[in-house]
Amino acid sequence: MTTAGWILMLVSCGFVLALTVFCFARVLRTPKATEHMHAPLEIDTHDTDEE
Amino acid sequence: MSNANTMRPAVARENWGSRLGVILAVAGSAVGLGNFLRFPGLAAINGGGIFMIPYFVSLLVLGIPICWVEWTIGRYGGALGFNSAPGIFSVLWPNRVSKYLGALALIIPVGIYMYYVYIEAWCLAYAWDYARGTFASYAGDVGAYRNHFNEFVGMPRNGLLLHGRLQEGVIFLAVVFATNFFLIYRGLTRGIETFCKFAVPLLITVGIVILVRVLTLGAPDPARPEHNVNAALGFMWNPKIQHGGIWKDLANPELWLAASGQIFFSLSVGFGIILNYASYLKADDDVALSGLTATATNEFCEVCLAGLITVPVAFLFLEPQTLNKQTLGSSFSLGFIALPSVFARMPAGQLFGTLWFFMLFLAAITSSLSMLQPAIAFLEEGLGMGRRLSVTCLGMITALGGLLVVYFSKQLLALDVLDFWVGTVFIFVLATAQVILFGWAFGIERAREEIQRGAELRVPGFVWYVVKYVSPVYLIVIFAMWLRINVPAKIREIRELTTEDRGTVLLMLLFIAVLLVFFLLMINLAGKRWRASGRHLVQKPLPTPASPQEKEAAS
Repeated sequence: MTTAGWILMLVSCGFVLALTVFCFARVLRTPKATEHMHAPLEIDTHDTDEE
Repeated sequence: MSNANTMRPAVARENWGSRLGVILAVAGSAVGLGNFLRFPGLAAINGGGIFMIPYFVSLLVLGIPICWVEWTIGRYGGALGFNSAPGIFSVLWPNRVSKYLGALALIIPVGIYMYYVYIEAWCLAYAWDYARGTFASYAGDVGAYRNHFNEFVGMPRNGLLLHGRLQEGVIFLAVVFATNFFLIYRGLTRGIETFCKFAVPLLITVGIVILVRVLTLGAPDPARPEHNVNAALGFMWNPKIQHGGIWKDLANPELWLAASGQIFFSLSVGFGIILNYASYLKADDDVALSGLTATATNEFCEVCLAGLITVPVAFLFLEPQTLNKQTLGSSFSLGFIALPSVFARMPAGQLFGTLWFFMLFLAAITSSLSMLQPAIAFLEEGLGMGRRLSVTCLGMITALGGLLVVYFSKQLLALDVLDFWVGTVFIFVLATAQVILFGWAFGIERAREEIQRGAELRVPGFVWYVVKYVSPVYLIVIFAMWLRINVPAKIREIRELTTEDRGTVLLMLLFIAVLLVFFLLMINLAGKRWRASGRHLVQKPLPTPASPQEKEAAS
């Protein structure tokens, strides 16, 4: 593997990995996010009944 | 209370259970077979590491901005009471014809599902066969795997899979088809979200396990010490100069076309799926960070997992002449002919082959699930169907299309027609229409306010100019170039077909046309129902938030 190959691989994977870690850290660390429940799992959507 | 809330329909609509749930569902929708089979081969034959330069430019200029557009449009439509594309487009651009554009956002996921579910069944069947040791007798012979694949998918002639005994591919198709509809029937939260919260982390875990195995293989064949991990990574990532220099290579438009196309299809933009998923958010839910997180997850699977596994592992075990442009450029050749042979030669290959195809199956099912929800949402809100009836109707429509794909299996012609027209041409048209509607009809100022509502990440200001000017031009140029290259080749290909094969192509084109007309008629009916029930009132857009000057004047 050439030096240019190493650079391109490390920069590409490093950028994507850093972006992913940054995003998930923000999502999981934001209190609002973890408490952002909108609906209980057993929500009745009224659309499973026959018309 | 905002207008969005007062205009909500009386019947409780579905919502996502958690924020992580919607992110994983969108990421699961985007992560599919293209990430693991298309991207690595495309990069390897288009300059290796050089490919990543136009790839990341396309991600920043095209992928992420269009993702944000779809998330924002979807949430906006959902806040005004619509989950289906026809309804969402009618509030985005209050005009008589706008809802008909939504037909594309229905036919695209439904049409792709008809063949994607079949490929998904191959993945599960291959995982099952690997686990049972069915491939042991092939002893890594690529030719044997090619014959197996051709017979397995019915390549030699039409109707091969539906004659005589029940074929393995058909059994797995039935299993996968039923699983998809079972999960859809359970609903958004209990079906799609619950499944994706389990399947996406499992997919990534399995991917990391396989990656660790590949990177620790060293030089697996003592007779070929030069085929080691270092050289394998080099085969994928070393810049391959093809036109006399890096700058000359970067000036090659085909390189940009390939990279942009990959970003475009990989992120599932223009499918009508993100639009539908985002519509289940609340009016003040964040879309900026959620959209970026889903995009990053997709990129992680594509670049960090597939980029380090698929082509490098093939290089380690296959002969150089096998890894030619034809194999690398075809997802089916790479995924179902070359790689099965690779795992057969690898230490503990039975285990890793099983894991690999199971991972592909997970990637595929989280995508196929998302393809059903947009049409279900339309049948429910447009035609007033209950969940059971809408699932049954969609099941019948997709089963008919799936049956055509399975029956007309010769050279996978029916699959190819659907993929070319529905899975490529229609997607370009819909994505372009969405970006133009959002940037020009909806207006960039309102778009800016809309995306910042509840945002947990500041969207850079230049993004709006990109969305308004750069993305539409970029999309139109790519589409024009793609048409210029592919349409003459397609026409030439059809001319060279036998009469029987030409009949298959015409039948599939007729099927697509009938499906499109069917959706247009249903949208017309839905429009009448919405007007009759007073829901056309929601076509009034959300009020533009007051500017600081206006707020000051009011106070």
